[in-house]
Formats: sequence, C-alpha cells, structure tokens
Amino acid sequence: MKYVDGFRDTGAAASIVRDIRHLASEVEDKGIDARIMEVCGSHTMSIGRYGIRQMLPGNVKLISGPGCPVCVTDAAYIDAALELAGRGVHVASFGDMLKVPGSSETLADARSAGAGIHVCYSPLDALGFAREHPEKEVVFLGIGFETTIPTVVSIVKRAGSESLGNISVLTAFKLVPPALEALANDENVAVNGFLLPAHVSAVIGSEAYEGFVTRHRIASVIAGFEPLDILLGVECLLKQLAENRSELVNQYSRVVTKSGNRIARSMIDEYLEVADSSWRGIGIIPGSGLVLREQFAEYDAAKRYQVSTVGGTPDRRCRCGDVLRGIILPGECPLMGKECTPLFPVGPCMVSSEGSCAAHYRYSR
Amino acid sequence: MKSAERIQLGHGGGGRLSRSLINSEIVTRFAQKGPLAGLPDGASLQIGNSEIVFSTDSFVVSPLEFPGGDIGKLAVHGTANDIAVSGATPLWISLALIIEEGLELALLRRILDSIRLASVETGVQIVTGDTKVVARGQCDRLFINTAGIGRKIKSLNTGIHRIQQGDKVLTSGTLGDHGMAIMAAREKLTLNEKLYSDTCSVHRLVAEASQWGEGVKFMRDPTRGGIASVLGEIVEDRSFGIVLNEDAVPYNPQARAVAEVLGIDMMHVACEGRMLLICSPDSAEGICSAWRTLPEGTGAAVIGEVTDDKGRLILETGIGGRRMVDIPQGELLPRIC
Repeated sequence: MKYVDGFRDTGAAASIVRDIRHLASEVEDKGIDARIMEVCGSHTMSIGRYGIRQMLPGNVKLISGPGCPVCVTDAAYIDAALELAGRGVHVASFGDMLKVPGSSETLADARSAGAGIHVCYSPLDALGFAREHPEKEVVFLGIGFETTIPTVVSIVKRAGSESLGNISVLTAFKLVPPALEALANDENVAVNGFLLPAHVSAVIGSEAYEGFVTRHRIASVIAGFEPLDILLGVECLLKQLAENRSELVNQYSRVVTKSGNRIARSMIDEYLEVADSSWRGIGIIPGSGLVLREQFAEYDAAKRYQVSTVGGTPDRRCRCGDVLRGIILPGECPLMGKECTPLFPVGPCMVSSEGSCAAHYRYSR
Repeated sequence: MKSAERIQLGHGGGGRLSRSLINSEIVTRFAQKGPLAGLPDGASLQIGNSEIVFSTDSFVVSPLEFPGGDIGKLAVHGTANDIAVSGATPLWISLALIIEEGLELALLRRILDSIRLASVETGVQIVTGDTKVVARGQCDRLFINTAGIGRKIKSLNTGIHRIQQGDKVLTSGTLGDHGMAIMAAREKLTLNEKLYSDTCSVHRLVAEASQWGEGVKFMRDPTRGGIASVLGEIVEDRSFGIVLNEDAVPYNPQARAVAEVLGIDMMHVACEGRMLLICSPDSAEGICSAWRTLPEGTGAAVIGEVTDDKGRLILETGIGGRRMVDIPQGELLPRIC
C-alpha cells in the first residue's frame, strides 16, 4: 500500500489543483468549457471515490464514457446466459454481471430460483470448476475490454492443452479504439478532451491511439487510476486546450509503453478475430468486438449451444445509451434514484460497481 | 418486480436489501411501541426494578475456522457485543447447534473449546442450549444460534435521539479486518502476510466508556455492512449528518490492499470486535485514551464529527475531495477489472 499512497498525497493534490484552476481560467478566457470524457469505468469510480469532481473549477466537466464492460453488455447477452442456465448449463461469471437486467430477468433472479450460476474472481476459477466437475457443462461469461480479454482467453488455451471438453466461453469482448472512433464521429457527443484508459492501454500500448488523435485532432491523455494520475491527466488536457494543441500524451508511463504488452497482444491475435459488436444503448459499432477464431469454435458457447447474444429488449425508458455517450449526465436521467437504484437497476450503468450511474448514485447525489 | 419475489443472497448482506426485507416483512408484523419499535439488535426490557438487555444472533460463517477465530468464538462475541453496545454487561448466553451429518468430531470439539474460552474471557456463562443434527446437505456443516441477556449499565443513556451537532465519532480500532480475513480465507487468496479476523468481545470497551456517562450518546458494533451501513442508517432521515475524515479512519494496510485488489470499499466491510461510539466533544479524547489502554482498543481513533448537513454521510477524502458515503446495497461483489 505504501506504493499506492504516494499517488494519493494531499499536498501534491492541492498543488496540482492550483495549477488546474489557473489553466481553467485561461481556458475560460477563450470562451470554452473543458468537456473531458473519461472513457474507462475505473476512472469513473476513482473520480467518485476521491471526490475529484468537487475539486475542479466549474468550467471543467468530467463526463463518463462507455468504458465499463458490464454497462455495454446487451440485454440479449444476459438472455442467452439465462437460457443456458435454464438448459442446465453451469454458468460462471464475474460478480458484476449478476444484476444486469436482461429482457425480463437477471442472473441473480435465476440463481435465487435455483439455477447453477456462480461468481468467480478469476476466469481460472471457472476452469478449476470444470476440471473438478467433468459431468457438468460449464460456460464462462467472457465480457471485457482489452485488459480482461487475455485472461479469459487463457481458459481456451488451458482447456485446449488439458483436453477439457466441458467448458466454453460466451464472448462479448469489446475494443476501446473503435468505440473512441464512434464517439468522435457522433455529432451529438460534445467532448474536447479524452482521458484514455490506464490498464487497457497497458495491453494495447499508446501507439493504438495515434491514428485516432491525428485524425480527430482531439487532446488525449492516457492516465492512471490513482487520484493524482487523474488530476495530472486533467491538468495536461487543460494545458493543451489553453494552448490550442491536440496531442496524445502518456501520463501513465510507469505502466504503459508505446507497444503495450506483447504477450497479451499476441494471445489476443492467436485466439480472436475482429468482428462488429453491439453496445447496449449505442448499437453496432463496426470492428469493435472480438470473437473466437473458427478453429476454436468448440469453445465458443454461442456456436456450441446455438444462442444469439445480439439485441434483446431492454427497458425503453432507460437512457444508459445517452449516458454512455456523455449526451446526458447520470443525474439528468429521470429514472435516477427513483425507479432506478443499485437495488433495482433499470439499466446496466446502475449495476456495475464501475457504472457511471452507480458512481453518481453512490458518491454524488 | 421479478427480483423481489424470492430471497436473494443480498438480502443477508447487511445493506439496503437486508433492511428492506426486515422493515417490510418482519418489523411490520411484530412492531412494538416505543423504543422497541424497530426491533433493535438488543432489546432493553424492564423486569420489576431491573433493566435487562436481550439479544440473539445466528452464525453461518464459512469456513468454520479462519485466521484469528472460528464460528464458536464469533457466536459468543456476536451476541455479547450486541448486548454490550446496547449499554449492558452481558451475563448469560444460550447455545443452539445445528450440525450437518458427517461433521468431524475433532472439529466440533475445537469449536466447543473455543466457545468455552471466549465465554470465560467475555465473562458470560453458557446457561442453556439445544443440539440438532440434520442430514447431509441440509446445512453447511455447522450453524450456531446464540441468545443472551445482560444487565443494563445505569450510567449509560444511549440512543440516536441523543446525537447532536458537534459530537465526535470514534472507532475502537482498525476497521474491516474480519470481513477481509474471511474473504481471503474463503477465496484461498495467497498473501504474503495472513489477514486476521478482529473477532473479540467489546464489553470492556463499553465498561471504560461508561465512565463518561451522559457524554456517551450512541454505540454500535459495525458488523455486516461495515461502518457505512451503521453510520448511514444513523443519519438517514435525521436533522444531522456525519462527516468522516478518510485519513483518520484506521485500516490494517494488508486488509486495505486486498480490498483494493478486489474493488471492495473498506467502509462496507464487517468487523466482529470493534465498536463505533458517538460522544460529546469533551469526552472524545478521554474515551480514546481509556480505550487505548486495552489490547482490544489500541487502535482507537476519532474519525469524524456530527454536522448539520441533514441526512448526509460525507467522506473528506485524503486528497482533499468530498464525497457521499452510501449504505452498501446487497452482496459485496468483486469487480471485474
């Protein structure tokens, strides 16, 4: 913890906040608001948890983006998992997924009604379960961005080397750069700076964003998840706005390199291929997903059990799609804190511990 | 609403879901008048001229044995602590065992010995009990229920209604150790240094605090749901709020590190041997110093203050921000990335 405490230092934070105020007034003199989107759910949570929004001047707005994998999971994906559980397949999942509403039910509902659904801390727990229960068919709910994908794929790798035939993965993998591209092309999205994800970038490397920043001329900073990282990231974006620059800066250089994590990247390439992917509330984003390559089809639960993970009928009143694109703030959704709470979430942004609506509900009401 | 039709695990998590079940299904059916209206953890009852406190608790922890304790110790401490923080000296405890067929006798012996030791240390007598054995699969190895009676300490007069703006919030030690130790043991997390449960009896802490008499306004042991749950419930719908200073809240660095990795807020994690106390500002330092003379109170600290910010529990974060602290919802679920 000593290592981490250095990035939560009160004095250092106060000094960065002073610089931020100075830069913010320069930006204000130019007649613009700084509208900064933090793309990743872990940033959203850190911002809430440390009360960072309240430390910033009024013309610096932090807007949450679509970077929480649970939040962008389609209702149909949950429906597919429920159907598998209904057929007697043992479903293993990260805990956050249990309360995501499908078209009519959640996995937690199904579990309390007796379905075989269990929460894993690691994908390898699911593998261990499959190994110990050869009589059961096990499906792991493989959602996540570039950070999580390699560990989930390790299920396929290990199952292959151990000739385990009773485990497969229901994939809904998502990629960050194509989502950024879609946000930048969306004329409803008014953002002039991006706080880019920390751990996703550790895998894909800073070079993955170079084309994006050049094409869209938008100030972008890769920032870590600690409070000082975030404050430094905001400061760097304000500096760029004040000086009319739009560059890619890697603030999280203690972890993120230019080319990322080669082992993780080559693992992704070996097992997966790019495909279009459907984001809850946003729709299909071309080339924004990864699916198992044809030679690993036996580990692809969607193929193995013939279930579809696209579409579904989420609650129409839910505005998670607008929240995920920063068009409205969580507090502006009419359901916030009334019909939609973490106990009875209407949309996925209220479910995940990293969802922007959950962060608003927990920390900012 | 579909998810309301069956009991979910989260209904037992000690957060909002637990409260909604208790308030809507249990309290409504057994409501009392006066101070017993909400069916408190410890009920103060008058028999003739004596005032007693009566409480009960059930224990279903898994694993049965964990670093720093076992289910038997918990069963004694849990009930004795509910009595103690209600302002009473715990005296007598009942012991009911529900045992699953197949439980190793050696394990049962260890747990019973541990119960005996804990009851001696706590100064309570086991005075009645019950033993049931159920078929394999009908309970998870061993469940224990204890109920207990204590004698009200005359100098103490506690209750939420006595809390005022300016009062101080104290903890008797590091928070969340029990919950993180159980989680680490259950998930078989490999750690450099073991995490130990904080399970212990708080009756001596209460006895020390009782010297400050009317200065002591409120006491509670932050079990399931952690301090966020206890303090969040205190301020809800009240004319006051509480502000906590993050830097002053003591945590065991190991426990905090594990919580950090699992994405769990330490303020939501259970303790089984700590207490929170709200007192007048002039008694705060005295109570803390008195606590620190006891082994179970060495980590005592003033962690916050009662404010006029109606109904709000606020954390002043270490880096100089402010945020709301919410009551945990249901289960503590590990995050995914």
